[in-house]
Amino acid sequence: MSLLEEMNQKAFDLGVPLSVHLDVTYRCNERCVHCYLDHDDHGEMTTAEIKGILDQLEEAGVFFLTFSGGEVFLRRDFFELVEHARRLLFNVKIKTNAVMVRAAEAQRIRALGVDTVQISVYSHRPEVHDAITKLPGSFARSIAAIRFLRDQGLKVTIANVLMTGNLADQAGTQKLAAELGVHYTLDPTITPKIDGDTSILSLRIPGEELGEVFRNPALVPNMEEFCAPPKPPTGDDLEGYSCSAGHSFCYISPYGDVFPCVQFPLPSGNLRRQKFLEIWNHSAELKEVRSIRAKDLTVCSSCSHVSSCTRCPGLAYMEGSMRGPSTADCEKSFYRTGVPTANMLRHESGRARGAPLIQIQPLALAT
Amino acid sequence: MPEMYIARSSAIAARMLAGEMMVMNSMDSTFFTLNEVATAIWQAADGSTPLREIIEQRICSQFDIAPEQAQEDAEQFVRELSQHGILLVSDQPLRDPLAPEER
Repeated sequence: MSLLEEMNQKAFDLGVPLSVHLDVTYRCNERCVHCYLDHDDHGEMTTAEIKGILDQLEEAGVFFLTFSGGEVFLRRDFFELVEHARRLLFNVKIKTNAVMVRAAEAQRIRALGVDTVQISVYSHRPEVHDAITKLPGSFARSIAAIRFLRDQGLKVTIANVLMTGNLADQAGTQKLAAELGVHYTLDPTITPKIDGDTSILSLRIPGEELGEVFRNPALVPNMEEFCAPPKPPTGDDLEGYSCSAGHSFCYISPYGDVFPCVQFPLPSGNLRRQKFLEIWNHSAELKEVRSIRAKDLTVCSSCSHVSSCTRCPGLAYMEGSMRGPSTADCEKSFYRTGVPTANMLRHESGRARGAPLIQIQPLALAT
Repeated sequence: MPEMYIARSSAIAARMLAGEMMVMNSMDSTFFTLNEVATAIWQAADGSTPLREIIEQRICSQFDIAPEQAQEDAEQFVRELSQHGILLVSDQPLRDPLAPEER
């Protein structure tokens, strides 16, 4: 275990919120076809409010801070927020489409000691990328920004969301990242929209094609081990937890709502009404999330994949129960190993896909 | 012997976790944890206080270490962190790179 992994484990065991994802706005200059957000501004936090929250996060022991959105650079005060965060010695990561980043911005990001800039790029072909972002010229601008950032010596990651419209371009996008000399990540997860609209789930790549992704040696270097049939779960596996959501990680929306994770829309408190540590330490919702061990899962505890599945409790929650299965992860486990999951054996996949969904809502509306 | 001044680099992130100071350099992602003595030096690295004074005031009195031994250990620690870009070292006072701009 590396030193960093040791510290992550320590934070998890002690219940310290080591990592926070903060969306500073939901506004965006792109209109990506797969995006789950409502881009209207329903009263996002002011500069002073966000700075006050950053002060609280420092006090709570947060180390890794991700600024995201929406498009972060649509906030005129964004650099002021990053500067405040860096003065508080957070390790800062920025997620952006970077279309507003030019040489001067890249230089400022470098001067502020930002750790990583993650940029969404969906294809190596401008016409495919721009068709996904619905912003003509966005590919050229994002790629130019990557060069500006890279020339500053910054760590840059291209994040590619894999969907039906760009599946065929995966290898080309990966090659582009290599040519640019930047890191590359791939995520095939498409989540329902914030308003409950599930139509974008049709953009998910079909399971059988997911299997091909898992067997692509350019993406999965340890393919044999990765695609091996699941090992029988041990007692420790059944005592284990799903992930760091609510344990050492949480998500804060532009309206101050706190959730266990960006992908886990369980409203757990609001920073306009409560202090961060009050929510983190006393929220009934976060306490419930933390209480769930693998042995408590209604279907998955008896599944052969329980020790190796990427089951997302947030996606499970959106399907109806945070203790239940996440169908998207069941599919991943099946197409990765060829072994059906307990949930698949229990249900017809069509019925499971049609399960009711719970969506993110500002806390004021949800209570 | 000239004074040694130390300041924290603008590329670092740091936080205390369960009594250990975590320090990470954003340039190369090197990650360290500092013990109690190293943390005391780290926290006092304001660019304007000589290392000798930091050792006298923060280390010898609080950790019951002889000044000569403390100075030797501290200089070695400072050199190591300097090589990793975590600390800036000079024989002249340094501006703290993360301090607010003077208006």
